[in-house]
Amino acid sequence: MTTSSPQKKKGKKQSKASLFIFLAVVSALYGLAFLLAPERSIHALHFGLKMLSRLAPILVLVCFLMFLLNLFIKPDWIRNHVGHDSGLKGFLIAIVSGIISMGPIYAWYGMLKDFHKKGMRPALVASFLYSRSVKLPLLPLMVYYFGTVYTLVLSFYMILFSAANGLLTEWLASGKKAEGPRQID
Amino acid sequence: MQKQKTDGNKVFESARKTIKMFGRTLPNILAIIFLSGLFIEFAPIGRMTNFLGGGLLADALTGATFGSISTGNPLISYVLGGELLDQGMGLVAVTALLVSWVTVGSIQLPAEMQSFGLRFALVRNILSFIFALIIAFLTLITLHTLGVTLS
Repeated sequence: MTTSSPQKKKGKKQSKASLFIFLAVVSALYGLAFLLAPERSIHALHFGLKMLSRLAPILVLVCFLMFLLNLFIKPDWIRNHVGHDSGLKGFLIAIVSGIISMGPIYAWYGMLKDFHKKGMRPALVASFLYSRSVKLPLLPLMVYYFGTVYTLVLSFYMILFSAANGLLTEWLASGKKAEGPRQID
Repeated sequence: MQKQKTDGNKVFESARKTIKMFGRTLPNILAIIFLSGLFIEFAPIGRMTNFLGGGLLADALTGATFGSISTGNPLISYVLGGELLDQGMGLVAVTALLVSWVTVGSIQLPAEMQSFGLRFALVRNILSFIFALIIAFLTLITLHTLGVTLS
């Protein structure tokens, strides 16, 4: 019962290897860039390293948040609050969480994937990702460049379209009702 | 005593699960970060101005396309958008750029596909691109209705 078949083991190995494909492609691109323009590729690498050091605290925060959520949030809670029957409340939770979430979008993929596995509605995953376009800490800067009315109007539409993006993504991506996004791995 | 042991197990189990989950996401995060470095170095967004001036819809499409393939802090898009407006570029193109910059993730697409599936990621990003255009026009119409002009 607990011993896995050779095919399963092979599948797991392949799945683990697939996690590194994207990174391998980017490494190959760096190799190519180094051959063609060494100085610029080193500059790009420096930029990447600088970005990584800037993002490190956010990644630690996300990791800690994931730990807390794993510890306290059970699949039942997810199904009740952001599941298929969560309705308007689910959208409100997803959109507000998206707006207040910090750091780059990809830092949240792991947590959202886990939430989806535990029953989070795909529409709410998409709404969360879209509502991250409203950047609360950057709003004063937007006001500085484009004015208060423009900032308010644009933010209003982006919040409104978060829900539309969620619903349409779920509808178009699932093919049929209430089926979530397909998992690749 | 038994309860303490169970709580300890829960914490350990949560930590193990978190490390596993994060470990699976980390290669993609690193890939996106370093790809962004390459992109910013080799594909400067400043070249956008060469493609503008072909009418409202064409400019909106150009703005949304450049926003979609761009990466980095949204602050960069504000600065760029502000400069483009100063140069006399249309509000629709600038708004499409700002919105698609933060909603469409071409650079993150491989990671998004790996996390949520190919179809989900593609549909979400294509819709976000279309919505960037719609929002750009809606914003223009709303500001026009309110009698607000950006200088």
